[in-house]
Amino acid sequence: MTAFLEDNHYTTLNLGPTHPATHGIFQNVLTMDGEEIIAAEQTIGYIHRAFEKIAEHRPYYQITPLTDRLNYCSAPINNLGYHMAVEKLIGIRSNKRVDYMRIILMELARITDHLICNSVIGVDSGALTGFVYVFQERERVYEIYEEVSGARLTTNMGRIGGFERDFSPSAIRKIREFLDHLPKVLKEFEKLLMRNRIFMDRTIGVGGISAERALNYGFTGPNLRAAGVDYDVRVMNPYSSYDDFDFQIPVGTQGDTYDRFCVRQEEVWQSLKLIRNALDNLPEGDYHMEVPEFYLPPKEEVYDKMEALIWHFKIVMGEVNVPVGEIYHSVEAGNGELGFYLVSDGARAPYRLHFRRPCFVYYQAFPEMIKGGVLSDAILTMSSMNVIAGELDA
Amino acid sequence: MWSVFFRVICVLIVGDVTTLILYKVLLASGILILSLVVAMYSTLMERKMAAFFQDRLGPNRAGPWGILQPLADGIKLFFKEEFMPNTADKFLYILGPALTMFIALLTSAVIPWGPALVVNGTEYPLQIADVNIGILYIFAILSIGVYGIMIGGWASNNKYALLGAIRASSQMISYELGMGLSIVAVVMMTGSLSLGEIVDQQAGFNWNIWYQPLGFLIFLICAFAETNRAPFDLPECETELVGGYHTEYSSMKLGFYLFAEYINMFISGAVLATLYLGGYHFPFEDRLGLSVNGHAIIGFLVFFLKITFFGFLFIWVRWTLPRFRYDQLMKLGWKTLIPLAIFNVMITGLVILLRG
Repeated sequence: MTAFLEDNHYTTLNLGPTHPATHGIFQNVLTMDGEEIIAAEQTIGYIHRAFEKIAEHRPYYQITPLTDRLNYCSAPINNLGYHMAVEKLIGIRSNKRVDYMRIILMELARITDHLICNSVIGVDSGALTGFVYVFQERERVYEIYEEVSGARLTTNMGRIGGFERDFSPSAIRKIREFLDHLPKVLKEFEKLLMRNRIFMDRTIGVGGISAERALNYGFTGPNLRAAGVDYDVRVMNPYSSYDDFDFQIPVGTQGDTYDRFCVRQEEVWQSLKLIRNALDNLPEGDYHMEVPEFYLPPKEEVYDKMEALIWHFKIVMGEVNVPVGEIYHSVEAGNGELGFYLVSDGARAPYRLHFRRPCFVYYQAFPEMIKGGVLSDAILTMSSMNVIAGELDA
Repeated sequence: MWSVFFRVICVLIVGDVTTLILYKVLLASGILILSLVVAMYSTLMERKMAAFFQDRLGPNRAGPWGILQPLADGIKLFFKEEFMPNTADKFLYILGPALTMFIALLTSAVIPWGPALVVNGTEYPLQIADVNIGILYIFAILSIGVYGIMIGGWASNNKYALLGAIRASSQMISYELGMGLSIVAVVMMTGSLSLGEIVDQQAGFNWNIWYQPLGFLIFLICAFAETNRAPFDLPECETELVGGYHTEYSSMKLGFYLFAEYINMFISGAVLATLYLGGYHFPFEDRLGLSVNGHAIIGFLVFFLKITFFGFLFIWVRWTLPRFRYDQLMKLGWKTLIPLAIFNVMITGLVILLRG
């Protein structure tokens, strides 16, 4: 803040809260010397909805819809990640079919997240058309979500202990269609931007961060990998049977906007491979685990059998016995390591639920990353870090 | 008013020189209306083309194929609230868009739209003024063009608008140099500053583009920059500067700015076609056995086709490429285009010298 007060010949520019490039709502106060950024100060909290506090008053199964609204570009990862965290607390071991179904959905979500982020880099650099191409593909993924969960954006997917229903034949057909169709569009999109001279000039060496600084800040996900650190939760701390699969973790070298773009792009290809593998090897079995205390019984049984009716009533009212404990579970979300720190004192609601939100970490480094650059660089850096306001503010 | 009317009557009765004046007035208003209508429909073309590139449908609600969309847009703009910031400089705030529009419409005066029509033995040239310094005139008008944007951006008293105005002025001044130097080569080759003469030297398929490919390319790139079109749309790029120099404008004042851009696009296409693509000339025109007037009409249509081609090019590029950064734009202008243009001038001079 001091720079603003001392040097009166600098301009102060309010980038946000409502600015076309701040996708979501957050403010940057830039001190500018002409077009050059001398200092930056960021403000967060414009869409803070106190999810962590709300979660302390809700039964476990009612917290899933809150996680939808963290990173709304890849809601299923948040949903399923939260379910896995609760299952870890309760001590349920998931079966393979549920694991593989989760992998398919989480990788689909990762693809949509990366597609949006990369195409928005295009939009912010002035190339609108690629955005529209990949948005059609996102639409296909949303149709798959619709088949699986009934919703599109805020999916509220799955239940604690599995899925509410199995993949329908049409869901599997849609996934296969998507797998066949996306590579063509993705190649076209890459042709538009990846080797485009203007785009490369705009992004190479822009908004870079060294691996050391990134680690100091606590970067994870594509932004850290772009800086050259091969940290991926899926490999380092495998969950949901990710260790059954063979896939590569792309790593960048410079940590700049172009590397972030390329890392995300390569991750989409890897995700496609993962989905194909998981779908081909989808094991037979039940689409949920045998946990009557947490997983709602089928409706027919609720009407006929007393036990099922009792469980149904208890689960819906949130009167289930959750063991006392404290766990941390993290998943590789679209943006990086999404962690759930869950403390239970045995009551119907968590004693404390903290979301470790990767965007929150990235945004702290934003002023450092844009300092010395020009205004256009700041915009591209922001969109390439994929700071999602919902996740930033929670 | 009455004196003008009286004079017009006199002109009609009395004779030749005065008929010419009347004819010029008619021609000028005709071209004015043409520019406006073309600019209106370029917006539709732009949106339809963008939709085509992006696998969308584009506007299709107002009239068949969205044909009334520009009218609907115009009416909407007229009925929007006229907003003026409290801190704005009132006079300059209004002057900005007016100047931009006025200057955009001025350029068309020296462009030869077609071969002369002949009625009852009298020649009616399809050019408002065949001044012998036509190129200098265009250049002068283009240079004033930056004032509209600069004044508007500064008078809004908004930081984004100011940044946009600064970008616009530096961009337009830098790219005028490259543009001017590439024209110098054409002038050296043709030995004339009159647009009519330059066009007539390109009769048939003897177009300047075959002799000046580099100059054409430089001029084309500079034309993109002069019209503030992508990839040089930095003054108004919405992802960085919200609306650029017209952030604070609304209603028809905003409409003027947007409209002027399309008129500029149209005029740039016309200048490009005139200087490099043979204006209204087309291959084998002398072998088709056309009457004088038929030739004039087909020539005009061909000229229009060439302008449309450039319009399409402008739109195509806009919806394909990302935009430059401010410093890269300056680097391209000063370190690439101007040296290349000087090189082009030198080569042209050398060739002229060697051929005697």
